[in-house]
Amino acid sequence: MATASATDFDVRRNDSLGLRLQHALHANPVLGPLAVLIVAIIAFSIVNGRFLTATNLSLVLQQVTVIAVLALGQTLIILTAGIDLSAGAIAVFSSILMATFCTKAGMPGIIALVLGLACGTAMGAINGFLVTRIKLPPFIVTLGTLTIFFSLNSVVSNSETVRGTDMPGLMTWTGNSIPIGNFRLTYGSIIMLLLFAYFFYALGRTAWGKHVYATGDDAESARLAGIQTSRVLFSVYTVAGLLYAVGGWILIGRLASASPNVGVEYNLDSITAVVLGGTSLFGGRGSVIGTLIGALIVGVFRNGLQLGGVEVVWQGFAIGLLVLVAVSLDQWIRKVKT
Amino acid sequence: MTEPVLQARGLTKRYGRVVAIDGSDLELYPGEILAVIGDNGAGKSSLIKALSGALIPDQGEIFLDGKQVHFRTPMDARAAGIETVYQTLAVAPGLDIADNLFLGREERKPGVLGSVFRMLDRSHMRAEAKRHMSELGVATLQNIGQAVESLSGGQRQAVAVARSAAFGSKVVILDEPTAALGVKEGNRVLQLIRDVRDRGLPVILISHNMPHVFEVADRIHIQRLGRRATVITPKSHSMSEAVAIMTGAAEPPPQAAA
Repeated sequence: MATASATDFDVRRNDSLGLRLQHALHANPVLGPLAVLIVAIIAFSIVNGRFLTATNLSLVLQQVTVIAVLALGQTLIILTAGIDLSAGAIAVFSSILMATFCTKAGMPGIIALVLGLACGTAMGAINGFLVTRIKLPPFIVTLGTLTIFFSLNSVVSNSETVRGTDMPGLMTWTGNSIPIGNFRLTYGSIIMLLLFAYFFYALGRTAWGKHVYATGDDAESARLAGIQTSRVLFSVYTVAGLLYAVGGWILIGRLASASPNVGVEYNLDSITAVVLGGTSLFGGRGSVIGTLIGALIVGVFRNGLQLGGVEVVWQGFAIGLLVLVAVSLDQWIRKVKT
Repeated sequence: MTEPVLQARGLTKRYGRVVAIDGSDLELYPGEILAVIGDNGAGKSSLIKALSGALIPDQGEIFLDGKQVHFRTPMDARAAGIETVYQTLAVAPGLDIADNLFLGREERKPGVLGSVFRMLDRSHMRAEAKRHMSELGVATLQNIGQAVESLSGGQRQAVAVARSAAFGSKVVILDEPTAALGVKEGNRVLQLIRDVRDRGLPVILISHNMPHVFEVADRIHIQRLGRRATVITPKSHSMSEAVAIMTGAAEPPPQAAA
């Protein structure tokens, strides 16, 4: 009897602790990802002393930058309960278009850049058009455009890489960096951080941001409350297209070339970052700060596992596990009793 | 006799071969609570949707303050001063109370912050939200920055009703506001409805709950087979008589003038 009651007591104690945790995470969804990031950083720096050096951390940030920008666009879409499988395809195709404009077409760098960004925006707008006007599910739309954009990408590039040295300096400028001690902060990373700051503001402090959340939360309610939900959705896909194209530009700087054969994994990595950042795939919940943390988690894990001597194939395994844990956590948080 | 605030004449709506409303009339007079009751499929929802702009009738006319109106979207009706609280409440659970009150008509900060940076005037909206909520006697909500999903059903309803009362200048339409609520919360919402009327806004109340209807309504519009069967008052008829008319068990009395 005594043992039984002791067990009961323990269970109840655990329950209340669990419930409190559940409530805390529900009220503050960034806490979870932040904890994971901090624990990961501590763990990896114990495993390998080189992890926490300025040189290595600037490498992590550089590796994370492109994914983070794509994940930012992806966050907007996932907040509306959508999904964008074509994020990486738009980024890579935009980078190829920029490179083609300034090499084969001989345009000045700035024109090629602006045109490339416009093309990415247009690709996003095509997704938005199909989602809002033809009313197809985002998953299907972007699955289709993913294939189309990658195919066009191969056609335009002829499957050839354009070297950075053949392009105007503006194209690879994002890869240049400002040294802060041993830490090298690239212009690409600065652009990325500014974009996050801007969308943090736009989502939290403008009517557009409120409408994005309301649309994702319950589209029909939002419509009845007077929000033009198709316009919100269209804007989200279009803005995401622009962000992906900016990601493509940063990618050229990162690789010092424009290659049609990279970026296949970027589609899913961007979703991974969003999910790890605590944004709900069911829409209406999440934040760009979470996404930034999510992208950093991916980067820290990849880099830390590499330094720890874990083979590349197992890195994917670890990230996949993390995603499953994150989604399960999201489900659990959503069931919060109030 | 006073002019009706809102009047519908011969509204008809067909979905293919199904006739949802079949030449239905409706009058709402100043300062009253008009309940609309009817069996499932009697065309209550379609009638209300036509009045709130959520559907466009095939035939018939709608007059607001004696002037004919043509609503193509819910926004048109709102612009004309008709606010509707839908059964689904049309709230965004993840957003807070103030955000929900101003959902779809957010206010921006004055000056450059508002015009260029499109920054919302959060403090002003929160203060206004607080004022509207307490005006309706819903002061129990301590935190206007609380997410709506953390509220009880009755409190959510209160937020939705407060929103319609705050922005509706002519008419407030409430669709089944007490359907999902317990006894206590239901009574609370009924009081809220009276408060709205006492502030001078006429209310159309759609409900299945006969005791609630008979408790608050000034007049009761009975919808049957797509048209208005009759209008009664809680004094002239009993609940069972109303149900009998609604279901067709009893002949409706001749249409009484209000």
